[in-house]
Amino acid sequence: MPTLQELKPGKTARVIGLDDNCQGFERFRLLDLGVVPGTEITHALDNPLHEPLAYFIRGAVIALRKNQAAKILVEIKGD
Amino acid sequence: MEEIKVLDNKKKMNTKPVSNHSGCEGCPSYREGNLKRLGINVPNFDFVVAVTGNPNVGKSTVFNALTGLRQHTGNWPGKTVTRAEGGFNFDNQNFKLVDLPGAYSLVSRSADEEIARNFILFGKPDVTLIVVDATRLERNLNLVLQILEITEQVVVCLNLVDEAERMGIKIDDRSLTRDLGVPVIPTSARYKKGLQELLGAISDVANRRYPIKAHNKSYRNGKLSKAVEKVGYQLVSDFPELENSEWLAERVLDEDEDIIEALKSGELLNHIQTEEDYSIYDAKKLREDGLKIPFRYEEPVSEIEKLAQSLKKDLIPNFHDELVENHFIEAGKIAHHCVTYPDKKKELYLDQFIDRIVTSRIWGFPLMFLMLAVVLWITIIGANYPSQGLAWVLLDQGHPFLKDLMTQIGMPWWLNGILIDGMYMATAWVISVMLPPMAIFFPLFTLLEDFGYLPRVAFNLDRLFKAAGSHGKQALTMSMGFGCNAAGIISTRIIDSPRERLIAIITNNFALCNGRWPTQILIAALFIGGLAPAYLAGLLSSAAVILVAVLGIFLTFVVSWALSKTILKGEASAFSLELPPYRPPRIWQTLYKSLIDRTIFVLWRAIIFALPAGALIWLVANLYIGESSLAEHMISFMNPFGILIGLNGVILLAYIVAIPANEIVIPTILMLTVMVTGATGMGEGAGVMFEMDSKDALMHLLQAGGWTLLTAVNLMIFSLIHNPCSTTIYTIYKETRSIKWTSISALLPLIMGFIVTFLIAQVWRMFV
Repeated sequence: MPTLQELKPGKTARVIGLDDNCQGFERFRLLDLGVVPGTEITHALDNPLHEPLAYFIRGAVIALRKNQAAKILVEIKGD
Repeated sequence: MEEIKVLDNKKKMNTKPVSNHSGCEGCPSYREGNLKRLGINVPNFDFVVAVTGNPNVGKSTVFNALTGLRQHTGNWPGKTVTRAEGGFNFDNQNFKLVDLPGAYSLVSRSADEEIARNFILFGKPDVTLIVVDATRLERNLNLVLQILEITEQVVVCLNLVDEAERMGIKIDDRSLTRDLGVPVIPTSARYKKGLQELLGAISDVANRRYPIKAHNKSYRNGKLSKAVEKVGYQLVSDFPELENSEWLAERVLDEDEDIIEALKSGELLNHIQTEEDYSIYDAKKLREDGLKIPFRYEEPVSEIEKLAQSLKKDLIPNFHDELVENHFIEAGKIAHHCVTYPDKKKELYLDQFIDRIVTSRIWGFPLMFLMLAVVLWITIIGANYPSQGLAWVLLDQGHPFLKDLMTQIGMPWWLNGILIDGMYMATAWVISVMLPPMAIFFPLFTLLEDFGYLPRVAFNLDRLFKAAGSHGKQALTMSMGFGCNAAGIISTRIIDSPRERLIAIITNNFALCNGRWPTQILIAALFIGGLAPAYLAGLLSSAAVILVAVLGIFLTFVVSWALSKTILKGEASAFSLELPPYRPPRIWQTLYKSLIDRTIFVLWRAIIFALPAGALIWLVANLYIGESSLAEHMISFMNPFGILIGLNGVILLAYIVAIPANEIVIPTILMLTVMVTGATGMGEGAGVMFEMDSKDALMHLLQAGGWTLLTAVNLMIFSLIHNPCSTTIYTIYKETRSIKWTSISALLPLIMGFIVTFLIAQVWRMFV
């Protein structure tokens, strides 16, 4: 299944769920930011060093590191 | 000016409050008269109000607007880490406000969020004021819905409505009030709009005049609901007086250690409102140290835990996810009902446009360095004139005047020396060299902060800090350190992970602070500039100073990396960095606030340390043991070691006695050098710090003191790599509340400094 890491700039994806190896506080924090199944996430901003990338999540722009984005399972829209 | 009325007994509270003439009088909607801001003096409060909300929703701004306090606010998530308290009087009742750290959620177990949750749960405030961001309502509602599960005594402050309006977002606050069943008050706390209505709502809810019909919904599916019922039933039968039993049962099922501990200790059964601040990085340890209550209910609660374990077998493994998801579904429904989003997000385009530039591959880094360079340049150049002015008044005129005055009133010479030559001189010196650069640097920095540029810097640099095992926000605390390390240490509060925050604290000293730039510039101009032909001298000495500053940045990364591999081992914990919308900076408020919050605050701490150090400096130069002064004994004792590391005894003694502020190192070195070389016609006498206008004379003096190019190079290096000043050390202790981490922060750079200068000296002597 694709992860958020594969999302191209400007594109939008719908969250399917979080990877099982994302546990504990990291999982809770992502959930609290609104990364729950059904949420739409847009790749909002690239980075001069290509990491972290910023995503538009439920009204807020949030930067996530690659290893976090890789734990968010998504369905990429409009492919 | 606001009047602060101190109410010292219940009787006085019934007197009519004097009208308050604050800046909002002109506004027609302002109902003057019934609000009195009480600052921190809240005696005999009638009600306790907890202020909570997501990070960066303007919580502190609301808190300040209501209490008249000036807690530092910035366009930054995570400003408040310890509880700030303040109060106001409204309609003759005293309200105590407790500003809690920002929280995304009540169930995630981060240190900050536990502080917020514990206060709402254990502190049982009369009103919980939830500040929400109108532009991100959906996510903010998640927290509101969670809090409504614990308490109904809630007021929602729908803040930043001005920003939402600008973005074309329309929120029907009446529908929202109906949906949530608690008062929802639209405000714009930055511009003091909606505050009267907010006060009215707080007062109504506190006095139970408001018909609350709190949104009440179960977010649990069938199986979880049954399990919660069973555990909840057991909890109530063991503890009949327990409130929120079902919510607590759900927490026990979710293996929430903090809640289980609180049940065991009986904390949840009592009405506890501790006055303790919770230290951010060690909230748990502090509770164990200071507030430990023995586990009186170990047995029944362990039984309940066992019950929960057996019930969990029937539940899906990540039922926590489902709970959060159900909250968000509900939040989404409410938002859908009450919010109209614009067809085209026009304001967002401007934000995105700025973002694309400041984070672009081509412009991102150059813009950042340009910004830092310009801020430092304005600070260094701009501070010269006011510094000279202050020095003229305080040192050139004030010092002789005071000295004569004291002699005339018959003060003994030694007391005159300690007080005027020592304490006054050191303090006056610190003020005249420290105040102007800080008064320029901090406002500039705060403007960038207020605008929202700084989180983008963290965003750009995070990759590098990730490689060093730390957090991108350290880029900011480091930049703040260029102004003042003590302020840099305080600014590490924006980093929420304790491990990464400690790394930022320990390495902050490698950011070359304002107090050290003048030393670098002076020594480079004298010794390094002199190596080149006159027309290149300025360029070469500037390059040398920049090289030292860059070495500091390099060391920040190296030491962060080393710490994260050794004593602060660990993976980056749940990184998240929110990039807030850009906000037009408010120039005057920024100037005023940065002056009060940062400049005066740091200066005051420096003065407190400068006073005794001044006395010490004078005493070592004037106390005699046998033929020589104490200073001379110490210098000759330390000189062999000083020479070994390419410095000398004078420099080492100066760094010991001038520990309060790096600014007074050079004047102390000069005073001591005159003393040991016996140079005549220079300086102001033993124990009196001074500076020289003539570069040639200065060079001559230092050469007489045995200085070489190696001494100069190593002094520049040692000025970068040595223990932080005592003001900073004290600040580290205040922030970490740990002698261990304070000692490591002080000793690590000192030892490194000795090693580096030693190595340079050895290599130098081999080749030169």
